[in-house]
Amino acid sequence: MTCSNSYTRRRVLQGGAAAGAVAATTSIGFPQILKAAEPIKLGHLTPRTGFLGQLGEYGLNAARMAVDEINADGGIDGRKIELIAEDSVKPGVAVNKVDQLINREGVSALMGEISSSTALAIGEAAMRNQTLYINTGANSDALRGQNCNRFMFHVEGCNTMYTKTIGQWQVNQGLMDGAKWYFLTADYAFGHDLRRVSQRFFKDQGGEIVGDDLVPTGTNDYSSYILKIRREQPDMVYLNLAGTDQTTFLKQYNEYGLGYPLSGGVMDTLQFWSAGLENLSGHWQSLWYHGIDNPAADAFKRNFQERYGTPPENQAWGDYTAMHIIAQGLRETGSTKSPDLIDYFEGGAEFDVLKRRPGHFRKWDHQLLQEMYVVEVKDPAQSQNEWDIFNVVQPVPGDGEPLDKIQPTQEENACEMQQA
Amino acid sequence: MAILIEQIINGVIVGTYFTLLALGLSLIFSLGGIVNLAHGAFYAIGAYIAVELDRQLGYPLAFAISPVITALIGIAIEVVFLRRLVARDPVLTLLFTFGLAIIIEESLRLIWGATGLPFSIPEMFRGIQVIGGFLVTNYRLGILGVVVVAVVLVWLLLNRTNFGLIVKAGTSDPEIVRSLGINLRPIQTAVFAIGIALAAIAGVISAPLAGVQPAMGTEVVTAAFVIVVIGGLGSFWGTLLAGVLVGVVRGVTITVLPPAADASMYALMILVLLLRPRGLLGEEMEKLEQ
Repeated sequence: MTCSNSYTRRRVLQGGAAAGAVAATTSIGFPQILKAAEPIKLGHLTPRTGFLGQLGEYGLNAARMAVDEINADGGIDGRKIELIAEDSVKPGVAVNKVDQLINREGVSALMGEISSSTALAIGEAAMRNQTLYINTGANSDALRGQNCNRFMFHVEGCNTMYTKTIGQWQVNQGLMDGAKWYFLTADYAFGHDLRRVSQRFFKDQGGEIVGDDLVPTGTNDYSSYILKIRREQPDMVYLNLAGTDQTTFLKQYNEYGLGYPLSGGVMDTLQFWSAGLENLSGHWQSLWYHGIDNPAADAFKRNFQERYGTPPENQAWGDYTAMHIIAQGLRETGSTKSPDLIDYFEGGAEFDVLKRRPGHFRKWDHQLLQEMYVVEVKDPAQSQNEWDIFNVVQPVPGDGEPLDKIQPTQEENACEMQQA
Repeated sequence: MAILIEQIINGVIVGTYFTLLALGLSLIFSLGGIVNLAHGAFYAIGAYIAVELDRQLGYPLAFAISPVITALIGIAIEVVFLRRLVARDPVLTLLFTFGLAIIIEESLRLIWGATGLPFSIPEMFRGIQVIGGFLVTNYRLGILGVVVVAVVLVWLLLNRTNFGLIVKAGTSDPEIVRSLGINLRPIQTAVFAIGIALAAIAGVISAPLAGVQPAMGTEVVTAAFVIVVIGGLGSFWGTLLAGVLVGVVRGVTITVLPPAADASMYALMILVLLLRPRGLLGEEMEKLEQ
């Protein structure tokens, strides 16, 4: 029995070797075609569960749509893009997934994320693996400043951009000098960073902080905070909250009918949709809103609505835009190597970012320079549907103003690019 | 001082609301031995069905019907799956309900999408009351009323009916009850349904306050588990007391030290468990002592 077994095994091995040889000979004939058919793999990481999970879903949907568009268009010189998507969950988990995506799956670049804590971890792991990472949803200035690195680029706006967009408008309206504001801030990396940036701006403009609470993420009852706000009678309640916390606060704030104006250092359209127009008020800032009048964005809006049943919002815009930016890089450089792509992005290449003006990366901090928008909550009587919640007040920077007007200066957010 | 008093009153209201979820968990655990990790998912189902019914029938009917439908779903799951698993090994129900929670959350996402559904406080319950300088909203007074009625009904059911007698006997010594010729299975199903209905009621009343989104139950159910543990497993009054206590401690912490708001609940749990391992009013249960 043993004999016959080993004989069989040897036969099989011989057969295998022969088959291998045949395969090798065949492949010699068509190396170009085989190589061309091989897809370019890209890794997508974003939270799909938890308080940022709803946003993550929009981001991933948009990234998938962009990949399908690029592939339907012939891919990158005939090579298709293959998107490998993972739930990033939290920093520790995300780091493991980065290593797996790069070393096991062989992805050429990474994109995604919303949480600033997790984006920091992904950025460091990407640098360790010498692989490009495009951040599509994490706002913390520190990612572009003290934690910046050569392999990380940012399509999402940073906290200073959000703060200055609404802040400049508020200064012009005379809402800051001598005003008393109450701040509510998400108690993690993003919130701490935004709190520092927004309070610095507010105090520089002569404002007085009368309340300053850190709020745990995923809080589902805000009544205790709202009662505190009422005692202080502020001129403005300023929200530095993220994800579902925006929705919950907006609903409960309206329930108590305090009437102090609302504003904030970040606004995610999706969370405002979830709250419903009747629970919204005030002026906010938006990185991208489907109500912006721009023909270049029409196809994106129409295709997304057809495919997913709602208009795209700012997170969908972020992942969609980042995917097309990577594709442009791959196409223009003819390379999938991160250093080549980085050189291309740092070289001032312009991208159609579905806004009035094209965008480009700022070389010293890798921030995508682009327009933002001041928006005001719409009068419910004029709303066409449940997604039609804002009037666009103005783009910032305005016509003729330089795109870096809302950016942090080198003094405000110094970055020394780490290489590895 | 006034702000502390206001926060304590508010904490009682917030706490009673948590109690509704915790009471259901506690009931299901004490008779069936099932640790229902899918409790938050049923809470979400309750909210979603209410939103859907509200569009067709208006809020009062949505409020009344949603817990019934959710309880029916609960009954189906108990009869088809949980009953068999408990019979083999109650630990299996941990795995099952853990998976069930994920399946329900993903199903909600498939049916209604990842975007939260906008849902506001019904017109008739809007508005606020300022009583002696303290602010409370009409809707939260309504919640308080609903919780009080639900709690009283559950108490009457457990203490003034034959059904309740069997539940209590079955909780403390299922073997003896069975040997008396009483079939505990339908009773267990009924208790599971009541627990799920309570979760659904909590979901319905929270829908206008928090976002109606697939993962809405995840955060809330953690608080409910903590309350059950603080109150003592299976203790009716313990759960009520713990719910109110958690609400008050959280409210006061937010006033004094906001970043510790979430931690306060766990600190309270650790303190109680150190001083009294079986919880505030937990009874010694035979099946826990083995």
